[in-house]
Amino acid sequence: MLSRRSSDVIVVGAGVVGAACAYYASRAGLSVTVVDRGPVAGGTTGAGEGNLLVSDKEHGPELDLALLSTGLWQELAELLPPQIEFEPKGGLVVAADETAMRALRDFAAGQRTAGVRADEIPADRLRELEPHLTPGLAGGFHYPQDAQVMPALAAAHLLRAGGDRVCLRLGEEVTGLLTTADGAVRGVRTAVGEVSAPYVVNAAGTWGGDFARLAGVALPVLPRRGFVLVTEPLPRVVRRKVYAADYVADVASGSAALQTSAVVEGTAAGPVLIGASRERVGFDRTLSTEVLRRLAAQATALFPVLAGVRAMRTYVGFRPYLPDHLPAIGPDPRVPGLLHACGHEGAGIGLAPATGLLIARSLSGAEPPLDPGPFHPARFDAEAAV
Amino acid sequence: MARTPAELAGANPGASFEITMDGRPVPALPGQSVAAALWSAGILAWRTTRTTGRPRGAFCGIGQCYDCLATINGEPNRRACLVPASPGDAITTQEGHGHARIGV
Repeated sequence: MLSRRSSDVIVVGAGVVGAACAYYASRAGLSVTVVDRGPVAGGTTGAGEGNLLVSDKEHGPELDLALLSTGLWQELAELLPPQIEFEPKGGLVVAADETAMRALRDFAAGQRTAGVRADEIPADRLRELEPHLTPGLAGGFHYPQDAQVMPALAAAHLLRAGGDRVCLRLGEEVTGLLTTADGAVRGVRTAVGEVSAPYVVNAAGTWGGDFARLAGVALPVLPRRGFVLVTEPLPRVVRRKVYAADYVADVASGSAALQTSAVVEGTAAGPVLIGASRERVGFDRTLSTEVLRRLAAQATALFPVLAGVRAMRTYVGFRPYLPDHLPAIGPDPRVPGLLHACGHEGAGIGLAPATGLLIARSLSGAEPPLDPGPFHPARFDAEAAV
Repeated sequence: MARTPAELAGANPGASFEITMDGRPVPALPGQSVAAALWSAGILAWRTTRTTGRPRGAFCGIGQCYDCLATINGEPNRRACLVPASPGDAITTQEGHGHARIGV
């Protein structure tokens, strides 16, 4: 078997989170080998919308991570080429009635204490922000910090920005973790050979649980399926990311059953993206016309103008779901040298830079940029033991 | 003298009728696609690209490439090579995505 003395760190997974881990580790002076069984952004990264959101996160550790990431994405947007389509376009959450509006108000009040900007928009001003919104909504909240990138290109350019310190091994499946006699990480085995490094980062996204199992530890990552409906190219008809207030409840829900809520946004390339659906049905990629019907109906209810344009195609992806909706980030105390950076559910594009920075700081022994405690990868073991 | 496709196929179509291209009358035969009618009238481009405004018309002619998009009776992005011409159809040059009026 081939044996490669490779680098300081191996990152398993070439999605946006793996790319961000590789990028920030390389900035910290480490050499990184990124291994993926497929291409760059071949999993959940390539199946997302590229949302960088603070608006949908309640006051708490995930919001802190999102706020840190918001600043980092702004830095990255200066540094990476314009092809990543970074758009600081803001988000608009709308309420159908007064009850939903009151809930949004409470939600925003909590977010503001964490540093989120949330501006209440009365019903009569909604169409100044989004002229095509349906009349009769109760109001909304504008979140100027929300932004978007083209996620596959963002991942690719993050990897490229890592420079000579980042080595890519694509189309090479990791089949095992190599450990020393006392159980510490010394590399990975792949379908092609062995790659050695004293640290391995699990950035395998929705398949992060499988990789953890290869490493002999449990991490309960489950796939949460979502469809996106794509319209024909249009001029700008939707300026921001616009979504209905019930989306927040759907995101936070732990139910396996199908949930859909209207999430509508334009893209730099022209098509409008229509989401969002959530259901836990394993890795079933079967096209669900029921989901598409609901997405289309909800989107046209919010933006009647969309009833007059064509949906061109749809795509499906699997969000990496962890039971408490928080990612697993940091060293795994059960296997010295193993770190996790996965389980970001539908927020992985947004949370990638903060995740990468946390991992890089951990690898280089530097102060973490925020308290990593809530993201502790072995927390589910502890819960089971209680 | 070159033979027409209708002669080659031994076709015996019904009476021709009129469609319009940007208001200019164009003859069409029953069963002819909009793209074929336009080509027969020497019109090769009826759309401009979104980004650089370059001319486009029929390319594959069999509904696969989406290059021949046209605005037909006010509806943009119809594949001219697949839509059968109907009497009175108004074809208009499509600029880019053809949806400029809904832009905000």
